[in-house]
Amino acid sequence: MYSQALNAPTPLADTSPEATRFQERIDAEERIEPNDWMPEAYRRTLVRQISQHAHSEIVGMLPEGNWITRAPSLKRKAALLAKVQDEGGHGLYLYAAAETLGVSREELVDQLLSGRAKYSSIFNYPTLTWADIGAIGWLVDGAAIMNQIPLCRCSYGPYARAMIRVCKEESFHQRQGYEIMLTLCRGTAEQKAMAQDALNRWWWPCLMMFGPPDSQSSHSDTSMRWKIKRFTNDALRQKFVDATVPQGHYLGLTFPDPDLRFEDGHWRFGAIDWEEFRRVLAGDGPCNRERLAARRQAHADGAWVREAARAHAAKQRAKAA
Amino acid sequence: MATTSITLDETPARALLLARADDALVLGHRLSEWTGRAPLLEEELALANIALDLIGQARALYQATELDEDALAYRRDAHQFRNALIVELPNGDFAVTIARLFLVSVASDLYWRAAVADPLLGPIAAKAEKETAYHVRHAAEWLVRLGDGTAESHRRAQDALDLLWPYTGELFEPVRSGPDPAALRPDWEEAVSAMIARATLRRPADGWMQSGGRAGRHTEHLGRMLAEMQVLPRTYPDARW
Amino acid sequence: MTASPAPEAPIPLWEVFLRARNGLAHKHVGSVHAVDATLALQAARDVYTRRGEGLSIWVVPSAAIVASDPADKETLFEPTGSKIYRHPTFYEVPDDVGHM
Repeated sequence: MYSQALNAPTPLADTSPEATRFQERIDAEERIEPNDWMPEAYRRTLVRQISQHAHSEIVGMLPEGNWITRAPSLKRKAALLAKVQDEGGHGLYLYAAAETLGVSREELVDQLLSGRAKYSSIFNYPTLTWADIGAIGWLVDGAAIMNQIPLCRCSYGPYARAMIRVCKEESFHQRQGYEIMLTLCRGTAEQKAMAQDALNRWWWPCLMMFGPPDSQSSHSDTSMRWKIKRFTNDALRQKFVDATVPQGHYLGLTFPDPDLRFEDGHWRFGAIDWEEFRRVLAGDGPCNRERLAARRQAHADGAWVREAARAHAAKQRAKAA
Repeated sequence: MATTSITLDETPARALLLARADDALVLGHRLSEWTGRAPLLEEELALANIALDLIGQARALYQATELDEDALAYRRDAHQFRNALIVELPNGDFAVTIARLFLVSVASDLYWRAAVADPLLGPIAAKAEKETAYHVRHAAEWLVRLGDGTAESHRRAQDALDLLWPYTGELFEPVRSGPDPAALRPDWEEAVSAMIARATLRRPADGWMQSGGRAGRHTEHLGRMLAEMQVLPRTYPDARW
Repeated sequence: MTASPAPEAPIPLWEVFLRARNGLAHKHVGSVHAVDATLALQAARDVYTRRGEGLSIWVVPSAAIVASDPADKETLFEPTGSKIYRHPTFYEVPDDVGHM
């Protein structure tokens, strides 16, 4: 899964020879590696984006984790557990990529737990029925893939390499979600209603995952120039809608958008409620407080374990010395 | 309304498979409850791997009964489950989870090694033994770090052993068919005692042992766990998922 | 929002190298955090070999890696560019001699 395009700070124009040389390397599609010279703003932008992405994976474990103990068959239980575990792994790869920029995982986790760091707003919505697990796989992971594939070519080497691994592992996530939806849509009337209800609730938040419209996203330019980002929010959003609408129709479901229509080769959609997006991002979504509280609880409950492990290692080192 | 539970004819072969399958499923389910709650990210992945191994073992064993695996997991009542009580106890803190995983996995590993030659269990045992050997290793390393870590972790690890010990006797109760669990006890005793000593912990004294799981007389915890686990298939008995 | 206590003492970082099959060299695949080598190996196994990616694992404390300075790139690596006599194509052998 993916952290949406959360805005990066606008850097001051840097006209130093190093900065010029840096931009030339980017323009020539060279990858930047951890020890290379980089503008401070590039480093800050990356730390912020990669850590937000990592936080999103970790917080993203919670809404789906909510159904692991209630998955309705052993096959579904194993698949869901494996998928949520993958998300933990992706968070781990991404924290490691951010750490190459000189910030520790402990600091990043602290930023999340103290509420200073952002994560994708989508995970602040609740998973109310089993169909939500299907909808998350199909829609949220589908949106994530749109975002993540271009990141495999991101200018920062460790981020690009982490994303290649993430994309490879995620290839089953969207398929398992769609298969859940298909099974529900071919099932009983109650199951189909469950699937429709899930689509109704997840559709608009998924479109918001791509971030604010290009007209309001003044920070995109820099990220594009640095090739951290390769497509605009609106371009990716349209690509997602074009790919997803026919899949929904195949399921026999309707999209909760009366303005949705096919025009000039694209599925055009109605107005997104950006007020809702801003509100959820600012902390007032259905589950923001619960999600953060769950992460804090896990961290606090685990403190004595981490302390014990550190103490044991110190004893062993003392013995060996 | 008619019950959504199944009834089944428990042949000795089925009883053997169900006892092992239920052990694996219930422990796997308990471990899956850690998702999103583990003390560190690396451990999150480790616990999920073990849970997935156990759920996989349960599925293979259920399938060997030639009955529907999901009917067995989702349509039996608590009294029809044949797992040992120790696996159904709540996770408790990380020390209880690790101590339980260690005590049970050492017994399982010995059992699977003995079962490789069993005509019914053989193919499943060969795969399960490799998985379980890793579970033992992982749990043992943590038990040592908790026991020989800080004063708090030592206390928690000792409390965990004391809590779980009365449930270990059931792991060696004789059964009607398959390898004899009682024969595994000396090896279990040796392996467990050695690791408890390495962890600077005290082996609890053998006193009265809890029993009943293999006969379907469970703790209060299993019913609650199943109510959660089985909610969808029980609520929508005609649905396929 | 609520302030949280200061970040904990860091748990050391380890670099993970996997051999995908015998005959191949170990290749860097990522990193894990662990308090000691034993747990680092287990973490590497649990994180990086979930899809049958490896037959052998190395873990190395990240702090033990000594890296060359990118600023030295020209000093370190450019001088080899002119030593074309190290490459087989530098030498002419008549076609009649056959593959060499």
